[in-house]
Amino acid sequence: MSAADWSADEMMTVAAARQLRDGTVCFVGIGLPSTAANLARVTHAPGLVLVYESGCLGAKPDRLPLSIGDGILADTADAVVSVPEVFNYWLQPGRIDVGFLGAAQLDRHGNINTTVIGGSYADPAVRLPGAGGAPEIAASCGEVVVIVRQSRRTFTGRVDFVTSVGYGTGPGDRARLGLRGGGPRTVITDLGVLEPDPATGELTLTRLHPGVTVEQARAATGWPLAVADGLTTNEPPTPDELAALRALQATLKATP
Amino acid sequence: MAKIVSLADGIAELVHDGDVVALEGFTHLIPFAAGHEIIRQGRRGLTLVRMTPDVIYDQLIGAGCASRLVFSWGGNPGVGSLHRFRDAVQHSWPAPLELEEHSHAGMANRYVAGASGLPFAVLRGYTGTDLPRHTATIRTVDCPFTGETLTALPALRPDVTVVHAQRADRVGNVQMWGITGVQKEAVLAARRSLVTVEEFVDELTPVPGQVVLPGWAITAVARVPGGAHPSYTQGYSVRDNDFYRDWDAISRDRDTFRAWIARHVLTTEVPA
Repeated sequence: MSAADWSADEMMTVAAARQLRDGTVCFVGIGLPSTAANLARVTHAPGLVLVYESGCLGAKPDRLPLSIGDGILADTADAVVSVPEVFNYWLQPGRIDVGFLGAAQLDRHGNINTTVIGGSYADPAVRLPGAGGAPEIAASCGEVVVIVRQSRRTFTGRVDFVTSVGYGTGPGDRARLGLRGGGPRTVITDLGVLEPDPATGELTLTRLHPGVTVEQARAATGWPLAVADGLTTNEPPTPDELAALRALQATLKATP
Repeated sequence: MAKIVSLADGIAELVHDGDVVALEGFTHLIPFAAGHEIIRQGRRGLTLVRMTPDVIYDQLIGAGCASRLVFSWGGNPGVGSLHRFRDAVQHSWPAPLELEEHSHAGMANRYVAGASGLPFAVLRGYTGTDLPRHTATIRTVDCPFTGETLTALPALRPDVTVVHAQRADRVGNVQMWGITGVQKEAVLAARRSLVTVEEFVDELTPVPGQVVLPGWAITAVARVPGGAHPSYTQGYSVRDNDFYRDWDAISRDRDTFRAWIARHVLTTEVPA
């Protein structure tokens, strides 16, 4: 398929879905993460276990949920548990393999801000929703996948507030802080994929989506973006992936 | 045994100016009608506690009921920002709003500690984030057995917790099911509690996944059919997703917001 047949957001969602291995347990938020996880479930990963922080373990919705507490999640779950139980029994001990996070700002070490932008904490230029479940998802999941559109405003040299820790100031910080999960292994954007350099913990461009150039990725990054030696190009969405994604998205419009 | 009351009497008796008030509900079973009654009765200086302050807290904040917010995520789920919350934080309108900001795991554990009669909660959380710099109630404690440093947070003990549930029997035993969030813990952590229900029934037939709150652990129960709208009550109503989308435009502008509150909350002729 040629680039004209699909959008950058569709490529981003497909790339995120491909990242999820069948049989793993995935902590999902609403929006792009939920779309990607459900796309994986209806394509290559029917045994993917979706955990929503509202307490729905193993939800199998046949349409995209509109909120974290959508009734379809409770109706199709293996179990519905309390919110304290989600965080204490399931997330904290390391029972979740993959945590999906979004970001309003992301820095070169994968630290995430969803709290305030500009000004000071007490008097911010922009007040964002805040932490939600993210700090502990970032700390305790086996690995974190970040899905975020790439721009200089978002991919910033330094985040204004650390809501969720990636690699801190560099390698070794997670261990020093006692964070048990692996941290952000993959950042999927509308331009490509970034992964941390094992030596420096710095996010490095490892894959581009078809039709995107390194220059475009650099222009959308607020720090001097390192490019991996073995930079590759993602396979475009297959007709099956695209059909499944569009069918899922149509369920959003069909829900009153 | 819980007292059976009207919503207006329940709020008048149990929610006072300056109280620490928790209205809980995780997308499902949000006690909107009770929040509207708090606005109608003109409560002021409340410390509002809630994991996910969404549209109902946006309304309470914009109506001037709150001076403090204890929370972990403030947004319109699936839609975007809360404009009244943002206006209060960024421009002190209609009044300054002091924030005590946590994470979901932290808030949930603080309710558990409150319900358990413990002074503090312990968890692995917040480490390395900027939250402890700004939130004085995030501290650490060393495990007496392993020496590991863990996060400690004070228990939440609201003066009053308000939740919505499917139904209650005639003596005020409350039954809820579906996504029940942190409601049980929030009720048991509070000094007083008010539960609004869709209906009273003679007998609570068991339902899979139910949570039952004994009437003797609740202060008062009020019958408020549709009391969770635009949120939903599993088995009784579906979520009014259009309202959540519409709220974005209603709440963006101060005058539009005030007109909406006047029409749909302050006068009950056109209930929200």
